[in-house]
Amino acid sequence: MSDLNTQMVEQYRNSFLREVEANVEEGDWVKMCMQCGVCSGSCPFGPHWEHPPQELFMMIRAGKREEVLTSSSMWMCTSCYNCIVRCPRELPITHIMHGLATYAKRLGMAPKEQPTMKFAQKFWDNLSKTGRVNELKLGISLYFMNGFSEGVKTSLKMKDIGLNMMKAKRLNPMEAVGGHKCKDAKGLQAILKKAQEIEEGRIANSGYAK
Amino acid sequence: MADVKIGAYICKGCGLGDRLDTAQLAKIATSEGKAAVAREHEFLCNAEGVAMIQNDIDNEGVNRVVIGACSRRAKTDAFNFEGVAIGRANLREGVIWIRPDTDEARETTQEMADDYMRMGCMEVRHMTPPAANEEASRNPNILIAGGGISGMTAALEAAAAGYPVTIVEKSGQLGGAAAGFHRRVPDRAPYADPMETGIDEMARSIEENPNITVHLNSRIAKTSGAPGRFSADIATESGSTRTENFGAIIMATGFTPYDASQLPEFAYGKSPDVVDQMGLEKLVKEADGGAIKRPSDGKPVERVVFVQCAGQRSDKKGHLPYCSGHCCVTSIKQAMYFKDQNPQIDTNVIYTDLRTPGAPGEDFYRSGQRKGVTFTKGKVSEVVPGGSALQVKFKDLILDDDVSEEADLVVLATGLVPNSGVDIDPQVAAKAEEGEEGESAQEAKVEIPVESILNLDYRQGPDLPHLKYGFNDSHFICFPYETRRTGIYTAGPVRRPMDIAQAREDATGAALKAIQALENASLGRAAHPRSGDLSFPSFRKEGCTQCKRCTVECPFGAIDEDEQRYPQFNEARCRRCGTCMGACPVRVISFENYSVDTVGQQIKNIDIPDEFSEKPRILVLACENDAYPALDMASMKHIEYSAFARVIPVRCLGSVNTIWVTDALNSGYDGVILMGCQKGDNYQCHFVKGSEMAHYRMSKIDDTLTQLNLETERVKTYEVAITDIQRAPQLINEMAETIEKIGMSPFKF
Repeated sequence: MSDLNTQMVEQYRNSFLREVEANVEEGDWVKMCMQCGVCSGSCPFGPHWEHPPQELFMMIRAGKREEVLTSSSMWMCTSCYNCIVRCPRELPITHIMHGLATYAKRLGMAPKEQPTMKFAQKFWDNLSKTGRVNELKLGISLYFMNGFSEGVKTSLKMKDIGLNMMKAKRLNPMEAVGGHKCKDAKGLQAILKKAQEIEEGRIANSGYAK
Repeated sequence: MADVKIGAYICKGCGLGDRLDTAQLAKIATSEGKAAVAREHEFLCNAEGVAMIQNDIDNEGVNRVVIGACSRRAKTDAFNFEGVAIGRANLREGVIWIRPDTDEARETTQEMADDYMRMGCMEVRHMTPPAANEEASRNPNILIAGGGISGMTAALEAAAAGYPVTIVEKSGQLGGAAAGFHRRVPDRAPYADPMETGIDEMARSIEENPNITVHLNSRIAKTSGAPGRFSADIATESGSTRTENFGAIIMATGFTPYDASQLPEFAYGKSPDVVDQMGLEKLVKEADGGAIKRPSDGKPVERVVFVQCAGQRSDKKGHLPYCSGHCCVTSIKQAMYFKDQNPQIDTNVIYTDLRTPGAPGEDFYRSGQRKGVTFTKGKVSEVVPGGSALQVKFKDLILDDDVSEEADLVVLATGLVPNSGVDIDPQVAAKAEEGEEGESAQEAKVEIPVESILNLDYRQGPDLPHLKYGFNDSHFICFPYETRRTGIYTAGPVRRPMDIAQAREDATGAALKAIQALENASLGRAAHPRSGDLSFPSFRKEGCTQCKRCTVECPFGAIDEDEQRYPQFNEARCRRCGTCMGACPVRVISFENYSVDTVGQQIKNIDIPDEFSEKPRILVLACENDAYPALDMASMKHIEYSAFARVIPVRCLGSVNTIWVTDALNSGYDGVILMGCQKGDNYQCHFVKGSEMAHYRMSKIDDTLTQLNLETERVKTYEVAITDIQRAPQLINEMAETIEKIGMSPFKF
């Protein structure tokens, strides 16, 4: 259990709803759900979720902290915004899903082999390094995400597409060394670091005083 | 009948002149209809046409008017003449609009019109212009049983309209159930917070109002009379009784909270920390603004669970089968008591279906959520008292999980039981003892000791009839305040489950209806639905066999028995439906303008072609409230039906005397159709029981048919709604097809 997790468990004891309200982006909307199920019915990935949004909200109210935070459900969200558009109570459901995912990851409770999470991390690392997405490196790192031999296989399978993209000047092989950057990559990293500090400070000071 | 002088007027407008031989109709009116005057007119409903009729009434001594034009439902303002009996031969909607305009159809169409003309003349010949009830008297006083929200609202509204009101309240104070509330559910925007009940204010304005008299600790020991002349004995607890007279009565006796001790599974009675909603209101009142404490040890409540539908909406024995309508919003309100005091208190409302009637209800629900009240969709199976806390065991219906939650206090939403007096309907009781359906109804019935509220001295029983689940019968669809006792109106939860806002609205409506009833009674006119009708039933005493069927079958308990055991018609109680007339086996009951003869003579005077003419005759007796308008509307859409049908409107199918059907069959009709309204619990019958009675009586007609050696298919009884525009003509056509199949009646002479 991460330190932050222990601290949160202590702070909120039985009320996971309060914890979510204080720490999850748009989390104070969870209580407004009226369990109509329109979000679950509208989700294009609905049948593939372990817990559709409506159920996640009910689990939060029922205090099922462990089950919610370790669930892969919110990671399945594709941000199509169908649920937001249709929710009769106007809950920002997509944002809450991302908020829950972020919070679970921050606590170290997100499922370890979650591909969406892995991809998101790789994307972020790739981007934040130079301020520009290095598509070649990102692509290759994705091929090798699940081991070396699978990486080789995928690379060979995608070879023709890669070559055609190069011909069409959509992919630059020189990106493999260094790659392009934004003007002030150092400055960008400083900004991100500061933002991180502010965020952590906010988390540490948030929540209901008990 | 020496002074009967019939004037027949035939309109040639609306295409009648083109389609029909109106001169022939006029001839029929004079020769067969014995009309003294018969005139045709190009446009009868215009000022000139109406003036022509009025002139004949004034100068020619015409006292019976037959108008051969449109349906009796059209142009009622134009064809409204004082002091004469009016009959309408329906030539437009009844004839030309439902028949094709072809040469082949011309003959049968004309025959149809001829018959309607004969029928019109025969009807008015046997009618007398109705005179007002001699019994009429005006008494502006209104008696209100019950001094709760509904009763007080009705009193204030009636008093504000200038009518003296007397409230009889059983308990020692005004306010009823709501007096026990800490706050009430809000009735105005933004519907966010509980608000003051306003009971004290209402009670004060009642005390200050010179038009309102209040009798506390009192009950009504006896009620007799009729609208405009009710007499009530008001008995106080101390034993004194005073008799007062009233014009109308409002029964606003409200409800009793369901007895939660019938719910052992929820530990009510076993643990003091399980309370019902009224119990929580009491706790909150006791806390007087401080922390709400649990009864067992006085510890401030930190976790409270609300159990919705406790012993309600359930078919288990001893439970209420219905939804009490207010408990969901009440629980939200009560959860707010806690949240408004301390947002840290956990409040969980466990519901299966959250019902918050009306838009304000939804706003209030949302406000509850915003305040942090948790709503869990689940079904509570058990509440287990433990050492320091109660365990609420429930099934989470969203997560499909069996859960146990700890609580300091459990509030049961147990619902309401109407204080509707004694269930007087012996038929219902008898049915409940018989069939399967009856058994479940009996199980669902809640046993509470009942004492009569109104103590009516009516022959049919001391209280207002119930419909279902012990709520007083009131006409749900058309006339919600009207009970089955004219001049006595119900308001509030005694009529159906409702909350304060609805009860206030209800009471206002009932007050207005009470005023209307007493004013109508003072003019000797009927109350709804034949509002303004001056006719009333009378009977030929020499012919009466004292069989009591009229007194038993009157849906409104209007008929008592006098000392000699003859029926005593209390005109002001009568709704003029004629169910008594249909019931009478010796046919001695009649109205001035509606009797066994007015319809019977129409039936007998239709021209019946012989057996070999291939022109059958179908008699249609249609309820004038639903089936007849449905046929009219069908004709407006030019939906065709058989030219062999002759439609006679009846006040209510309940007024159909079986003699009409037997006479029709004996005189050679090939088929008879009866069209009444929907019956049963969801009745649409304006007279509540009329259609049901007719169906019951007609279920016996098969014997008569068999005796006459006729096929049973020749008589059909249907429930027809006003919306059955396609179906009503279809039913007539089906009968025509049936007759084609089984052949003509052998009784044509």
